[in-house]
This record gives sequence, C-alpha cells and structure tokens, in this order.
Amino acid sequence: MTTPRTLFEKVWDAHQVVAEKPDAPAVLYIDLHLVHEVTSPQAFDELRRRELPVRRPDRTLATLDHSTPTLPAAADGTRPYTTAQAEAQVHTLENNCAAFGIELHGWDSDARGIVHVIGPELGATQPGMTIVCGDSHTSTHGAFGALAFGIGTTEVGHVLATQCLLQRKPKTFAIHVDHALPAGVSAKDLVLHVIATIGVGGGTGHVLEFRGPAIEALSMEERMTVCNMAIEAGARAGMIAPDDTTFAWLKGRPRAPQGDAWDRAVAHWKTLKSDDGARYDREVRIDASTVRPTVTYGTHPGMAAAMDAPVPAAANAQESRALDYMQVTAGKAMAGTPVDVVFVGSCTNSRLPDLRAAAEVLRGRSVAEGVRMLVVPGSESVRRAAEAEGLHEVFTAAGAEWRVPGCSMCIAMNGDLAQPGQLVVSTSNRNFEGRQGKGARTVLASPATAAASAVAGCIADPRSFFQTSEAAA
Amino acid sequence: MKPLTQLRSRTAVLAHTNIDTDRIIPARFLTTTERTGLGEHAFEDWRYRADGSDNPDFELNRPEARGCQILVAGRNFGCGSSREHAPWALLDFGIQAVLSSEIADIFRSNALKNGLLAVVVSEAEHRWLLDHPGVELRIDVAGGFIELPDDGRFAFELDGFARHCLLHGVDQLGFIRQHAAEIEAFEQRVEQAA
Ligand code: SF4
Repeated sequence: MTTPRTLFEKVWDAHQVVAEKPDAPAVLYIDLHLVHEVTSPQAFDELRRRELPVRRPDRTLATLDHSTPTLPAAADGTRPYTTAQAEAQVHTLENNCAAFGIELHGWDSDARGIVHVIGPELGATQPGMTIVCGDSHTSTHGAFGALAFGIGTTEVGHVLATQCLLQRKPKTFAIHVDHALPAGVSAKDLVLHVIATIGVGGGTGHVLEFRGPAIEALSMEERMTVCNMAIEAGARAGMIAPDDTTFAWLKGRPRAPQGDAWDRAVAHWKTLKSDDGARYDREVRIDASTVRPTVTYGTHPGMAAAMDAPVPAAANAQESRALDYMQVTAGKAMAGTPVDVVFVGSCTNSRLPDLRAAAEVLRGRSVAEGVRMLVVPGSESVRRAAEAEGLHEVFTAAGAEWRVPGCSMCIAMNGDLAQPGQLVVSTSNRNFEGRQGKGARTVLASPATAAASAVAGCIADPRSFFQTSEAAA
Repeated sequence: MKPLTQLRSRTAVLAHTNIDTDRIIPARFLTTTERTGLGEHAFEDWRYRADGSDNPDFELNRPEARGCQILVAGRNFGCGSSREHAPWALLDFGIQAVLSSEIADIFRSNALKNGLLAVVVSEAEHRWLLDHPGVELRIDVAGGFIELPDDGRFAFELDGFARHCLLHGVDQLGFIRQHAAEIEAFEQRVEQAA
C-alpha cells in the first residue's frame, strides 16, 4: 500500500526534477510563470548579462498592472503615469517581452488585468500545476489545486532561464472549515477570521490546505479570495482540492485543454485531493457558521474581528501602537467608524461576483456625502462583463468612480492613494501602515461591507442593505 | 554574490514585531528597474519627517546606530510582499545581517540569495539581543553561531545549502543549470504523458 499523501505532496512530488537532499534543495519544475512590470526588470537584465534566452516562453505570461494608471488614456494616447520612472518601467516590460518572445497582455490586449485575475480567466491556471510569480499573492492560484507561490526577483531570473527553482519542501497545515457560512457573510469575512485565528505569522513555513464543507460550497471566485490571503497568515501558499466547481469554471477557457485532452486532464485532476489518512504537520478547525462580517482594526491582517464585536485590548506595545495609528479604541466595535475612502478592487476582490455584491448594495442608493469611492475591476474581461450587466452605471449613479483595471489602491503606486489620516475601507489584502498612502489608515473588508460603508459613511453591516435575502431579517 | 564567512559589528535594534516589506521599502519606490540606490529610502516613512529631515526618534537614526551592520528586529520580520527590493534596500543601507525570532519565508529566501544573512534565534536569545542594543557580535557562518563579547555563544540553524552558498558565493542560477540534462528529461517525460 502506498502512503496516503496530501494534495500538496502530490503536486510537489510530480514536479521534483531533482529530489531534495539534506545538503541541497529540490530542483522544482515550474509549469507557469506569471510576470509583471515591477519585479521583473532586474531579472531580464541578469539574463542579458549571461546571454541566456528564456527557456520556455510558452510557459511564461506577462501583464501590466501594478504601476499602471486606472484613468483612461488621453485622446492622443498618453496615459497619466505618476512618474516618468513608472512609465519607463512599463516600457521596460514591453521591450523585454518583445525581445524574449513572451506573450504580454499590455495596453492593447483585451485580456489585460491584475496578474492573479487574468491567469485563471485565460485558463492558464490549472489544477496540479506549479505556478510562480514575483508577487506574494500568487497564492491565489491555489484555489484551483495548483501549488502557487510568490518568489523574489533573483528567482524570477532562475525560472526565466531554467523553468526551475531551488526549493525546500514546506510543511503542511490543514484548515478544516466546518458547517456553512451564514447568509450575507462572504469568503473575505471567512479568510479574515481564519487569519485572526491562526495569526499573521501562523502559517510561516507551511502550505495551507483549506478543506471541509464550507470550502467545498464556495464558488471559484470565493476560493480565490481565500487562497489569495493565505500569504497574510505567513503561509507560502494556500490550496483547495479541485472538484466539479473547478472543472466547470475552467471548461472552454482559451488556455484550458480542449476535446480529448480535456477529458484526460479532468480524469487526472480528480486524483488531486488529499488521501484519507494523509497526515498534515498542523491542523486547525474553524466553524464557518460563527463567522460574521469581519473587518481589520489594526495594521496587519491578523488584527481582525467581527465588526460588531468590541476591538480587543492591545496585547503588547506593538498592538497599542497599531490602535493609536488607526485611531481605534479598544472595547468599542469598528461598526460606526467614519469612513473617508472606499476601495473595491485588487486581486482579492475585483472579480465579477465581487462587483455584483457591491452593486447590489449600491443600487438605488448613493455614496455618502464626503466619501470617495473607487471601483477598479480586476481585468478588462471583468470590466466588459460588468458593463454588459450595467454595473458601472450602478456605481457611477451612486457617485462612485469606475476605473480601468489595475492594482490601483491596493498598493498605491500608480497615483491612486489616500491622504494622511484618511480611513479607507478596502477590499484588498494588506492594511500595513502607509500601504495605501503615507499615513492612510486601512480597514480590510468584503465588497459588500465596503459598499455598505460607502452608503452609510461609516463602517456598516451589509446584511441590513440586501433587499432580497433572508439575511436582512 | 560575494562569499560571506563571518561578520563582526555592533547591533542596532528595531524591536517592532511584524515589520513588513512596505515598512522596509514603500511601494512608491518600486518603479526602479535597478537593484541599487534603494538604501536612501529604506524605512523611509519611519526615518524622515514630513519636511524631509531625519526623524530623531527613529532607532536607526540615533548616533549609536550609525554604521551598525547587524539589525536585531522584532518577531516576524519581513512579512508581506515578495519584493526583493527589501533586502536590496537593507544591503544598500549598510545592513549585512538580520536577527530575529521569526523571519518571513520569502524575505528570508530573498535575503540569503543576496548575501544578506537572515538568522533566526531562539525566543530567549532574541529577548537578550533586544535588551542589549549596541552589543558587539561576531557571526560565524561556517560554525553556525553568534559570538557574544563575553565568549558566550548563540547557535543558529541555517539550511546547509544556504550556508554553502554564502560561504562560497555560489551562483545559484549556475547551480540549477548544471541540471540541464535532468530538466530536459523531465520535460520530455511530461510532454509524452500529456
Ligand atoms: S492587486 Fe495588490 S496584492 Fe494583488 S497583485 Fe496587485 S498589488 Fe499585489
């Protein structure tokens, strides 16, 4: 009998070109390498210095997202870059992709978007793959049962040149999520709850596997939201075993296998789940039915609590500094805190269902006086689909700004940012000090919570805004 | 990468826990296409006041911290993004080693690939180091220990391969390329199976 293996172990084992030894890491084969403008220039320079080609341009896919403006181009085609350096960085990627023969979804592509949104959309992200990108939220792709993680620029160079990485095998950590999420509570609330439970460094050295009935019930977009934030618990990657939801989502996408190859692929993908009796290095159980709309109150994603619960007292000097920075009072709930800016976007929550959830709250309502709301779709394809449904009209009628795709206020390096002291309710993934602009205060939340807060002018529970669901009761 | 066998320096202490990569180098400086020149922006938002002058309250601006090559940092240092700009900025700033009780995975891997020694010590040793800023240490990479002024030692673990690479300045891309034949064979196997 073979030893039962976890999903992670199956994917790992299938990609070891050279097995790990005590004195040397494994040489791990990478199936898909995603590239963007910020973390790649120095890697391409290294290839040039060594006179090396890109080994597998066909396994490499590039996009422009981080430093790109989200305001449309002027009539003469010029774009409102923040600095000449940002523009030069974009041109550097365009030139590198042309020189090394890499498919780039640049300004002229109708598939351009945030790197972790377009990989799945194109069907490039598939179960059982190893996927890397010079970006920590590569963990998003684990929603498909891929082993996907962020790498540094030196490693980007390694993958470009060899399609391989030197890796030590991480440990495994099962997050069993039992029961079901209550109505009106989203995957974002769940993952914030998980990070608050295991801690912001709780996953360090591990690959998380999210499993259990509450996970199986999630849509692909929701699974991506969950895996996206695995890194915020310090984990290398998050994974969810592929199932019929996964296969149905992928079928027919441009880079997905077609015809007989599709059937063979699905047969293989069905084997990609943890065997009964497989052992994890760590395990934790979460009860989904207890999760309520959750927001962060501090300056890392682990400082999160249900918005109607009192903010916990600071456990140490660090936390008390974080509460001071956020101007948050322990013992008081976050609900009701006045809001200056609301951001709906980022690779965590910028897909069509995220925009629908925000629009459902905003329909027929207005963004409160004095609040600025920015809605930035994750990709051109999301933008088209949202506009086809008229969601952009719901946003603009409510007084929100509807932008072109990009990372935008998630990382605030393209000119979209908050002013010092402003409080931002954001659907992104990081609430570090200054992440959304120097001195800006970030509260992470779901798209529905963000929209409800925009309407109320203060942090608000979206469940009272849904017209239809029983959650309103 | 230059070989690094040992390092002797006084320590500077940044006791904050969870110092993230946005702290180390804010995103607005990531539009560079170079590896160099980031040192002047290391810890930018802590280091300078609004008018651009040095913030005297920031630990690394204090006179006694000048020239320190060893940074003792609070738990979970380097969490957040995968930006290699973080170790580049620290090295450019003059930091050669970071000691903490926990260091984020990707940061540690990036640091070691650039010859920035990222070393995890035990909770008790970490506490001692936090409580003794400015202490003169010698970090012995080959021996895997930190030597204290009174001849005491803190042993630390370092992945054998990472140690080997530091000691000999191993070119890791060159190392992977030595496996070119295995990589080719792997690709053929996979393509036949598909
Ligand atoms: S949206 Fe934010 S987290 Fe996602 S890739 Fe862009 S900058 Fe990174």
